[in-house]
Amino acid sequence: MLDDVAGTRAVDREVVAFRVAGQDFCIDIMSVREIRGWTETTILPHAQRYVKGVINLRGSVVPVVDLSERLGLGMIEPGPRHVIIITVIGTQTIGLLAEVVSDILTVNDETMQPVPEIASESARAYISGMVVAQEKMIRKIDLAKVLPANGRELP
Amino acid sequence: MSIVLTDDFRESFFQECEDLLEAMNDGFRLMADDQHEIETVHAVFRAVHSIKGGAGAFGLDALVDFSHHFETALDKLRSGKLELDDEVLTLFQRCGDHLADLVTAARDGAPMDKAVGGQLNTELNEVIGAAAPEEALDSHDFQPMGLDLDLALCPVSVGRYQIIFQPWAELFRSGNEPALLFRSLSRLGVLTIRCDCSALPAFSELDCLKPYLVWHLTLESDETIDAITDAFEFVEGMCRLEITEAAAPDLDLTALDEPADPVPEVLSLPNGSDPGGVRAKPSLPAAARAETTNRNTSATIRVDLERVDKLINLVGELVIKEAMLSQSITKIALPSENEVSVGLESLKQLAGEIQEGVMAIRAQPVKPMFQRMSRIVREASIATGKRVRLVTQGEHTEVDKTVIERLVDPLTHMIRNAVDHGLEDTETRRKAGKPEEGTVILSAAHRSGRVMIDISDDGGGINRARVRKIAEEKGLVAPDADLSPVEIDNLLFLPGFSSKEEVSALSGRGVGLDVARSEVQSLGGRVSITSNPGEGTTFSISLPLTLAVLEGMVIDVAGQTMVVPITAIQETLQPRTAEIHPVGQDGRVVVNRERLVPIMDLGEVFGLRPAPEVLDNHVLLLVETDNNRHCALIVDGIQDQRQVVIKSLESNYGHVNGVAAATILGDGRIALIIDPDGIIRDATGHAGSEIQFHSVG
Repeated sequence: MLDDVAGTRAVDREVVAFRVAGQDFCIDIMSVREIRGWTETTILPHAQRYVKGVINLRGSVVPVVDLSERLGLGMIEPGPRHVIIITVIGTQTIGLLAEVVSDILTVNDETMQPVPEIASESARAYISGMVVAQEKMIRKIDLAKVLPANGRELP
Repeated sequence: MSIVLTDDFRESFFQECEDLLEAMNDGFRLMADDQHEIETVHAVFRAVHSIKGGAGAFGLDALVDFSHHFETALDKLRSGKLELDDEVLTLFQRCGDHLADLVTAARDGAPMDKAVGGQLNTELNEVIGAAAPEEALDSHDFQPMGLDLDLALCPVSVGRYQIIFQPWAELFRSGNEPALLFRSLSRLGVLTIRCDCSALPAFSELDCLKPYLVWHLTLESDETIDAITDAFEFVEGMCRLEITEAAAPDLDLTALDEPADPVPEVLSLPNGSDPGGVRAKPSLPAAARAETTNRNTSATIRVDLERVDKLINLVGELVIKEAMLSQSITKIALPSENEVSVGLESLKQLAGEIQEGVMAIRAQPVKPMFQRMSRIVREASIATGKRVRLVTQGEHTEVDKTVIERLVDPLTHMIRNAVDHGLEDTETRRKAGKPEEGTVILSAAHRSGRVMIDISDDGGGINRARVRKIAEEKGLVAPDADLSPVEIDNLLFLPGFSSKEEVSALSGRGVGLDVARSEVQSLGGRVSITSNPGEGTTFSISLPLTLAVLEGMVIDVAGQTMVVPITAIQETLQPRTAEIHPVGQDGRVVVNRERLVPIMDLGEVFGLRPAPEVLDNHVLLLVETDNNRHCALIVDGIQDQRQVVIKSLESNYGHVNGVAAATILGDGRIALIIDPDGIIRDATGHAGSEIQFHSVG
């Protein structure tokens, strides 16, 4: 339905906005499968620090990534108020640990601005653009870069 | 008349071929055991014929040609013109193998080695003997079953001629047309025509270039028999023609009630083309009918494997949910004997039964795999010049489909090994007072929740002195190592060990038994050898029934719950009573059955904690890998022993060293299933086999 207007003008996209380490981020709604509360994970041996472990998502084993740690913003100490955003990239299902999901917004591609040069290297690596909405600066995350395409790169 | 057939049909044809080949091999086995009756021969014939029919429909010419030839020879056997001796049977079995190859090649679109087929064709021709090719061509089709004997049985008046007319393909190829012949005959007198369609195969098996129809004509005429024969002048040698003069005056009314002028019916056929394909009469050919009844006796359906796997996953979920539910009900502490608990208990039983039932869908008898092995034995027997008989036992034992598929390669290797290395040559056997024909026994059985597959030969057993010598020469074992006979036998499994002095084409291809064993191990199985000098060797493969569930011990380590496969655990030890010695800076060993076993902390291995100093509050799990390596793992406690559903960690994450897979526990949390082999392998680095044996010895 969104594709109808593609090519004539910039596309409106729906994004899920959420908060990590006090900053606002968003990802395309099409890659979000569901949002669930924090559940204790099973720790994976030899994993990267940002891999919180795995949870049971209706019978599948899904790894949970601490987005804050991944973006270099410090590790989250998860509690019952935290949420896990279940995302799908390609064939992989991965959970993102966030503080809170704030909104679902419609963002026009035209209003999306490039990441300023002054931002840190690690932040620029994972953020594909920035947009101002509801008087907040929201950073759009490039999921493919946050989550390694292949699980084997994770450990 | 080309028919566009979809891949679906093609696929089901090849599936059917597998069944047919199995039926054929069954027949051969009965023949080999001298238990066959004429029905066995019929069954084999039908199988080959059906393959040919299907292949014809798909234009698989190589398959059609060969199966046709094969079928001709089988027909000789069926009609008693051929005596079944060992030689013929061997030829037939080889033909069967070739047929299976052709089917595979046709399915994969792979080219076939024509030499094999040519050779077999020549041999088949010898068996078929001097039979004229026409006759051969004729006899391969369903024989006219004499269905129309009602006419022949009733004697007819003078001047009545019975004509049986069966055109061959040449007749149509040369542009002749039965309808025109009949028309000219009808000018000679009153003509009654009946068409015998009994030879018509099912539509899908129809070869459009082959005529199937036989006409029975009755002619009332004053003409002489010569005049009637003249009418067929132009088709002489292109048909079967039998003209008999009937004598008795009685008229059969039913016969006369037959259509008076059937010619128009015949005329409606496409000119010069196949007269058989268009009219399929409701009466099935007798053989086809027999086949239908055979199928019905074992009513089966084909189901997409994906659907079954989905069902298995769902049932796994159900079992987990049930466990979660019972856990939460236990928490609310209902009074005993309450309805909820009782209901839950029966729910648990039901769920368990459903799980078992669904798993059984994936289970398949090992029979087809064993049949493939009989072929391996045959080929190995020819290659080595040893006479070998394969005896299979327990071929109805059911194992998970995936297990069966992945077992073919290791089993093939072991069977070849048994024939090539296990059995002595004929001369040696004779000297040892054994029958010249060696025996390889392949057996399968269920034993305590696992499948045992044994490959035994009645050969000379393992020559341990020679094995040891070779291992020392290859630097696989230290010359002064103190090895028990069992340890020497296990040297055969070391990578790079090949005891045959010259590389034989058969089993010494550089890939040794170690490859076969690692394949079995990857299925969660184990291989062991027992050997008695002079009496033979037995390789035993022990396998889990399924790859979907696993019997495991649920343990605690550093606050995490994990599962250790029960098959790897030899025993559990209480460190308090065990004899523990420090070795070096931070190494520890425990003395168990006069053996020094290194101790490893599972928590430390997984980076969850530093190894505990005092082990009194811990438990030691003594695990053994298939390389005969031992290790004692420190765990905090043992919770339970239960079946767990295996879940892949790879699909969303990736492989973790020391972890085989994951599972979901009763509380809904994920527990990792430990891979003791991997842990020990990592701990010892890429330890060579030498270290293995020193550490054990």
